[in-house]
This record gives sequence, structure tokens and C-alpha cells, in this order.
Amino acid sequence: MKIEMTHIAKSFGSNQVLKDINLTLNSGEVHALMGENGAGKSTLMNVLTGLFPATGGQISIDGETKSFANPKEAELFGISFIHQEMNSWPDMTVLENLFLGREIKRAGGLLNNKEMKARAKDAFKQLGVNIPLDTLIGTLSVGQQQMIEIAKSFLANLKILIMDEPTAALTERETNRLFAVIETLKAKGVGIVYISHRMEEIFKVSQFVTVMRDGQIIDTKPTAETNVDELVRKMVGREITDYYPRKDTPIGDVIFSVSHLNSAGGLFEDISFEVRAGEILAFSGLMGAGRTEVMRAIFGIDKLKSGTVTLNGKQLRIRKPVDAIRHGIGFLTEDRKTEGLILDFSIRENVVLPKKDSFVRRGLYNAKAAAIFVRDLINRLSVKATSDEQLVSDLSGGNQQKVVMAKWVGISPKVLILDEPTRGVDVGAKREIYELMNELAGRGVAIVMVSSDLPEVLGISDRIIVMHEGTIAGQLPGKGATQEQVMQLATLGE
Amino acid sequence: MKSLGNLSKRFSSLTTLAALVILMVIITFINPNFFTANNLLNLLLQVTANGFIAFGMTFVILTGGIDLSVGAILALSSALAAGMIGAGMPLPLAVFLCLVIGAFLGAVNGFFIAYGKMAPFIVTLATQMAYRGLTLVFTNGNPLTNKMDGFFLAFIGQGYLFGIPFPVIIMIIAFALLFVLLHKTSFGKSVYALGGNEKAAYIAGVQSNRVKVAIYTISGAMSALSGLVITSRLSSATPQAGSGYEMFAIAAVVLGGTSLMGGKGRLTGTMIGVLIIGVLNNGLNIIGVSAFWQQVVEGVVILVAVLIDVLRNRKSLRM
Repeated sequence: MKIEMTHIAKSFGSNQVLKDINLTLNSGEVHALMGENGAGKSTLMNVLTGLFPATGGQISIDGETKSFANPKEAELFGISFIHQEMNSWPDMTVLENLFLGREIKRAGGLLNNKEMKARAKDAFKQLGVNIPLDTLIGTLSVGQQQMIEIAKSFLANLKILIMDEPTAALTERETNRLFAVIETLKAKGVGIVYISHRMEEIFKVSQFVTVMRDGQIIDTKPTAETNVDELVRKMVGREITDYYPRKDTPIGDVIFSVSHLNSAGGLFEDISFEVRAGEILAFSGLMGAGRTEVMRAIFGIDKLKSGTVTLNGKQLRIRKPVDAIRHGIGFLTEDRKTEGLILDFSIRENVVLPKKDSFVRRGLYNAKAAAIFVRDLINRLSVKATSDEQLVSDLSGGNQQKVVMAKWVGISPKVLILDEPTRGVDVGAKREIYELMNELAGRGVAIVMVSSDLPEVLGISDRIIVMHEGTIAGQLPGKGATQEQVMQLATLGE
Repeated sequence: MKSLGNLSKRFSSLTTLAALVILMVIITFINPNFFTANNLLNLLLQVTANGFIAFGMTFVILTGGIDLSVGAILALSSALAAGMIGAGMPLPLAVFLCLVIGAFLGAVNGFFIAYGKMAPFIVTLATQMAYRGLTLVFTNGNPLTNKMDGFFLAFIGQGYLFGIPFPVIIMIIAFALLFVLLHKTSFGKSVYALGGNEKAAYIAGVQSNRVKVAIYTISGAMSALSGLVITSRLSSATPQAGSGYEMFAIAAVVLGGTSLMGGKGRLTGTMIGVLIIGVLNNGLNIIGVSAFWQQVVEGVVILVAVLIDVLRNRKSLRM
């Protein structure tokens, strides 16, 4: 199958999000699509698969003009789009999910389970997937759910598979398994559109790479003929010499420490560490090593069995988040959509939330003072929005993350815990978040950052703590440590 | 440029207001007797009972909850108040205690919902039965009417101030107070945040359990207030008072544009919703539609109103 998109344009109202796009996709090759958040990658793919009609240009498939009325129609034609948020039903079995909406029936309308099982098994075998068909979707890992999604499209006569940030929530093992499946699909003549921010992956799996910026295609090239620097330059439209800004502010005394923390749920044990004013302390480790769980317990979201938390020499009693906030601790959670933001609220309503009580005068909430406060903050953090009353769901990932940052910067924290602060954030916004972290550290804030992005850990932290299966495996200095050293501690030399 | 969020908030109130006006125009056109000062005052008096409950219900629904026990709280608190009056308690004290009892019964709901992490629908369905049962036990199934004609009590439901029925004045005061509470205090922000995304709100320092207990307490107190007005108007507390009131209150809140998912809506919308239901009741009576058909019309109006709301929201949905 050959898909040719010519002069595609798309606008939402007066907002033009795609301009004069020309892109060709072929079966049997992996085509990477890169660009900052909001560059138009997902929109382009949504136009192709019929979620939105294009406002200009045309799509031809194998020489014939074609436009799909909805994603279902595209799927029947062999073009599937696996989104970042997968549409799985947690209480359905793998088999039910695989044939959802296109069940195979016997004459008389009853389900033909035997036939469906046989086909599912066959598809799994071809893809090298091994998941029992009667497992409930909700009990599977994200990586396994993704495999189910792929198998589901594979069962429906797959020709072109579009994947949006498929590895964002995968472990390294699952990522490798995904790459193996991609190879299999490619060998079977399936074309793949691979949307990702991760450079290593692009160079590992793709034959062609297209860079988009501001709704336009900047360049399409064979992957072998380009390099990371060139791609980054094209994505941001300017040279980024350092991904990680230099931090040269002094580090002060220890202001925050925890000792002998044990989780009530047995997720971690005997965690002790301290952070100094102005220091950026990174927590590294494999997924599931317990880093996030430690931070959630410190902040009062999850329960501690034992241990003490000390700030400025005073032992704290934190039983719920509001206690932590009152002591000047902020916590940017890993999942901004479900825990960091109220998506259909405005920027202002979100940012003001942890600090709302301080705008109360004689029992009444002073909305004007709050608005001024929020506007100052979003200017300082350069959140790109039409106004502070814009809904956060309308913002790009990077800007949403800045809103969450603004929320916590707003409480003037003494300690700021950041869990995956740059996940799903584009290169430009990443840099701005790093700069903000440096600025806060410069003003004496102690920063604890949990990150699975190794270059980031090595690039911006002053000190690294590595966790392994719920315990601290070791410490490394931020400067001079290598990826190998971190990984060795994270896997405990295995 | 004004933001979309704000615009849609206003738009929502505007469409319900337009619906109310159109409804009034149509009814007046059919029977001009509808649009007389006397009847309009009477209409306002009629909507007070539902108004109080719907105001409280707005807080509950804004957090994504529901309170099915309001009618039962109304009956139990008024029956107990009537009992206390019968036993010789001074009227002002009995009136005050009636509100306290309502608040307490609501707080019980809130306690189970917040600390027991139970679904509001189930908790308030259960307490609805229990409270109604207690009312029957306490009253033995009979209305309490003895010594219920003191001036103070009678004035609450039957009095006039500056030519305006006293319950209407109480409703206006209650509306103003709750409006301030919801839109001009930190507590109000918490109510919205809780309905918008409970997890995110909790992590941002909203004390979700306390807020939940508080809103069900408000709902209970408002139900008791509604009960006081009814008891005073009828000079008796009946064990079946308030049955089905939860449905009228929920209907008014939803008609007023508040989302059952929580996080979106305004108290002014609820006031308009209460008036729409009131205008329907009153207007259909004046036109001479039979009581049976009235229910049909009310049901259809609610369906259509909510459908319009859904369609409008769908249009604004985009990726």
C-alpha cells in the first residue's frame, strides 16, 4: 500500500494546525514522525484516519483518492492508529477485546468462540506474543496491552500501523519486545508510522524520518543520512548547543532529610536520604524500583509504616498532602493528566489550587489577587496560552507540565519533588523546565527529581541516588557518573 | 479576549434563562392570568420548598455526588421538631434544633461517603430508607399537629414581609449566603476542584473528606429548612412529607446546567432550574392541564433540556 498525502491543510476555527503537508508512506517500511508537542503529528495522523476531515489537500491510496469518514472506516481499510492512551476495557478478556465490535458469529447470531480463539492464537504466534486469551485486560502491563492493540489491528487486515509514543510507558524489556514485533510486521509488509520523541529509538527502528514543526513538514530524509543534532535543530528551529543548562549556584546546608522510611504496603524499606538547599538530587532506577512510591509516601498520599521526615531540623507529621504543602513541600506527580491537573478547568483554577487559602481575606476569596498572582507565574514560566482562563486540556503537553510546575512554584516551596518532570514534553519545553529547576535551586529550594531518562539524570543533577527493588542501591555524584554506573546499581550488577 | 471557559459558563446560564422566559411567554399567551403579580408571588412561594433542597443538592452534585435522602431528612427533622414543640419546647429553640438535626443527618451521609469511601448513591439510598423508617417509628405513621399553631412557627411558612411571602425572603437570603459560599470562598473552590478531579485536588491540598462531610451537611440542613417551611404552612408534620423531592431537586440542578459528573455548574443555574419546574407546575395548572399530564410534560421538558445541553457540549468537543 502506498499512501500519498498532498497539500493537506487543517484548521480548527481560525487556528491553522496543518499547512501544506506532503508525505508519502509505504508498506514494509518504518517511517518516524518527529516534532515538538503541538507540531501537528497526531493531528496529521488523525486527519489521515478520518477523525477530522482535512480542510484542504488530498489523500490518495495506491493512486486512488480516498478520504475516510471515521477511524473505523480507515481500520477496515487496513490503517490502524494506536493512540498514547489505549482504548482497552479493563474488565474484558484479551479475546473479547481482540474482536470487540467485529465478533465472528455463527449463523443465528451466537458468537463463534472457537474460530475467534483460533485466529487470535494464529495472530499471536505470527507476532511472537504469548498472553493467555482469557486474561483480563486490566491485569496486563501497559506493554502487554499495547501488544493486544497491535494484534487487534493485525487481525483486521493491517497494512499501515500508526503508533503514537508507543514506548512512553514501557520498560526496557517491553520496548525491545515491541521493536521485535515491529520488525516482524515490517517483514510481513506492514508500513509503520512511528511517532516518538526518543532519538535512540528513531535511529534503531526507522528507515525514514520526517520532522514537523508548527504544522508544517520541515524535512523528510532516510534515517541513515541524518543525525541527532540535525533532527533536534530541525525540530526546534534553532541550535540547542546544550540540552542541559549549566548550574553553577552554590549548594547550602541540609534542609530536608528522611530516615528509615518503610512503606505500609511493603513497596520500599529503610529509605534514608538528605537534600541540601540548592541541590538537585536525582532518583534513578528501573520502573517499579519504588522511587515514585517513596515520594508519594513522603508527601502523604500513601501510608508509611515507620520512619521520620525532617525539614529544617524539625520533625514533620505528614498524614495527607495538605500537611506537606503547609510545610512548604511541593510534589509534581508522574501522571499530570490524572493527578496533576483538572483538565477541564482553566489554567488559573489549576495553578491557584494549593495556594487558594492564602487569597482569603476576612473569609472571602480574593479572585483578583489570585488572578494577578497566576498571571505573574505563567509569564515567569512562559506558559504559552491565550489567557490564564484557557482550559488546560487545550494546551500542549509541555505547556500543561509548565502549568503543574507553576502550581508548585506558587507555594514558594522549600522542597520540591518532581516525578518525571519532562515526560512527554518536547525538547524546547524540556530545556525551559531544566532552567526553571536551576533557578529554583539557585534560590535555595531543595529539589528531588525522579527520572527514568538517564541522560537527563546525568545532565542536570548534583547527586544521584539509585534504587533497586524498594531499597537504595547506591549513590553517585551528578558530575562524572556514567550511564553504565547507574545501570549497574539499578540492576544490582545482574 | 474572553476565554472559552467563561463564555460557555455564561452561555449555559443564558440558555436556561432563555428557556424560562420562553416558557413564561407561552403560558402567558395561553392564559394571561399567569402573569399577574399575585400569581407570580404565589409561584415563588411554591418553589421555595424545592429551592432550598436544590441549592444544597447543587453543592453535592458539583462534587460528583448525589443525595437521595433529602426528602427523608426533611420528614424526620420536621417530625422531631414537631415532637419537641408538642413536648413544650420553646419554638425558636425547636426551629433551631430542627436545622441542627437536618445538618447532623446529612453529616452522617457525608461521613460514610468520605471516610467509608462508599458510593454516594448507595449511602443516601440506604439512609433515605432508614430516615424515612425512623420518621414512621417516631410518628407512628400519623401526622403531628398538636400545638403547631404558635405565631413564630406560623410566620416562617405563612407570614409576609413588605408584601412578600416570608419563605421567599428566606429563600433569597439562603441563596445569597450559599452563592457567596460557593463562588466567593476557598471552600467553594474546593467543591469545584473535588468534582473536577478528586485525585488531583487531593494532591493539591484539598481536604476532600472534610469538604464531602461539609457538603452533605449543607444538603441536610437545607432539607430541614425546607421541612420547616412546609410544616409551618401545613401546621403539621406528616411522615410522608418530602417523598420524591430528591427527584425535583436533582432535575432543577441538572436543568440549571450543572454536570452530574461534577466540577461544572453554578448556583444561579439551579435557581433558574427551580423556577422552570415551578413555572411548569403553576402554569400547567392555570392552563388547566390535568395533573397526570403535567407529569408527562415535566418529564419531557427535562429530557429536552438535558438533550440540548448534551448536544451543545458535543459540539464544543474537539481533540
